[in-house]
Amino acid sequence: MPFMEAVDAGSSERALVARLQAGDASAFEQLVRQQTPVLLRVARRFMKSEDDARDAVQDAFVAAFKSIRNFGANAQLSTWLHRIVINACLMRLRTQRRRREEDLEDYLPHFRDDGHQVTPSQQWNETAETILERTELVGIVRAEIDQLPDTYREVLLLRDIEELSTEETAAMLGITANAVKIRLHRARQALRTRLDPYMRGVQ
Amino acid sequence: MKCEEFIAFLADYLDELLPRETIARFELHLAGCRSCTAYLATYRETILMARNAANAARLDVRDAPEELIAAILASVR
Repeated sequence: MPFMEAVDAGSSERALVARLQAGDASAFEQLVRQQTPVLLRVARRFMKSEDDARDAVQDAFVAAFKSIRNFGANAQLSTWLHRIVINACLMRLRTQRRRREEDLEDYLPHFRDDGHQVTPSQQWNETAETILERTELVGIVRAEIDQLPDTYREVLLLRDIEELSTEETAAMLGITANAVKIRLHRARQALRTRLDPYMRGVQ
Repeated sequence: MKCEEFIAFLADYLDELLPRETIARFELHLAGCRSCTAYLATYRETILMARNAANAARLDVRDAPEELIAAILASVR
């Protein structure tokens, strides 16, 4: 973004925040219209049903409206709302979590006594670039992410897709940074195993 | 280094968090093990695929429905 545009964007955002903090209803409507499409896309990645995704976005705006007075002068609205909607999704997922957390063990590599893999790994024919041209593979990747147990799926979404730091992810989930690292590594390995037949082109 | 240790170190290797001495042992194993070379490549692809699949979904933008916007505005009034 050219410098002057960035300055303009910054000052118009500060003006919007000031109006929001003053309780201006039209400012809130502007914010809702501007940010709902973006937040809904984030929520759809976390929530498996469209209704749940919409409810999470609504929860997020209610939370944002309540805490707009605490919004810091140096913060960015979009970043702030991104974190709030993720939190709203995580809270909804927590209350919905009834399914027994299945074990990932089957999808992790197994080793012989000499430390080598029981089944040697093979290269893939598909790459992250080529799958973009293949709508059905994009669908498969998304479906396989959805199949991961929630505690692993959440870490994968936060770290690899929403691109939050290990520390921020740990704070959001209320777990240690080390637990985030362990879950992320296991989630990626499980997803790798689940994608393997498709990406080698044997399924 | 054996495959088991190699795979345990993988995430830290990609995040450049391994001590120099461990990187040397890691890369020595990598140079001699086809299975781990494939594992590293496909592990890295998995991360990119997850991200790309999510971003591709961003392309099929369905606009935020007006009824949702109306419900949000009603809920905070």
